[in-house]
Amino acid sequence: MSSEAPLEAEIAARCKKIAREAEEGGYHLNPDHAFTMNLVRGLLINEQRFGYPSCPCRISFGKRDEDLDIICPCDYRDPDLDQFNACYCALYVSDAVLKNEVSVGSIPERRPPRSARKAALSGTSARLTDMALPFPVWRCRVCGYLCARDAPPLVCPVCKATKDRFERFI
Amino acid sequence: MNQMKMEHVPGRSLGKVTLFALSTCGWCAKTKELLKELGVDHYYVFVDLLPPEELEEAIREVEKFNPAGSFPTLVINEGTRVIVGFREQEIREALG
Repeated sequence: MSSEAPLEAEIAARCKKIAREAEEGGYHLNPDHAFTMNLVRGLLINEQRFGYPSCPCRISFGKRDEDLDIICPCDYRDPDLDQFNACYCALYVSDAVLKNEVSVGSIPERRPPRSARKAALSGTSARLTDMALPFPVWRCRVCGYLCARDAPPLVCPVCKATKDRFERFI
Repeated sequence: MNQMKMEHVPGRSLGKVTLFALSTCGWCAKTKELLKELGVDHYYVFVDLLPPEELEEAIREVEKFNPAGSFPTLVINEGTRVIVGFREQEIREALG
């Protein structure tokens, strides 16, 4: 499980990239730089361990298909930003936090427990029945971006989530 | 539970205090720092650093006290009190 610890320069570069992509999509990173750098360090460690940047504040067994919902940015970020002004880790924060109107803290876990996740994996998610559409509609589970095309894009243009984070919506 | 390796941090004894944490998590780090600051005798384990064969057992242990299986989970006296997340006020009240 161990590999070389990420270098400070590597962490800083990744942090900059995540911050740039966040701002482009209308999101913000936590202005507490030391705290944020530490979370990005965790993301890089997880990327080395598992091959994908799973949430540093959640446990992973290293199986991508079971962790799709917690690859950063996770499926729970947006509802948590709406309700609590921060994602579960507090890597991402709301406008109100940036303006110092509210402060961030540890929030409840929105991800369903393991037993519920297992049950959900075996079921199929609800979607509208096929209509006579020229293209299927795909939905990004992270940010809700919708597009009508034969297959989802390789990367979500809004939040940069990868293709496997999309679900068939219509 | 018995073979799971826990780090011991000596201090004021308030019974058995165990912190289940992740080495990569910001709130876990803050919780660990707070316990140190309070000087309370406790044990902690970074669950993500456990060998795979101990991981499942550790998570089951966490789920026993906190069904969400989330971190940090602070277990005081075999579950008499369980504090989930970095709830600074609650931790200070319980162990201050």
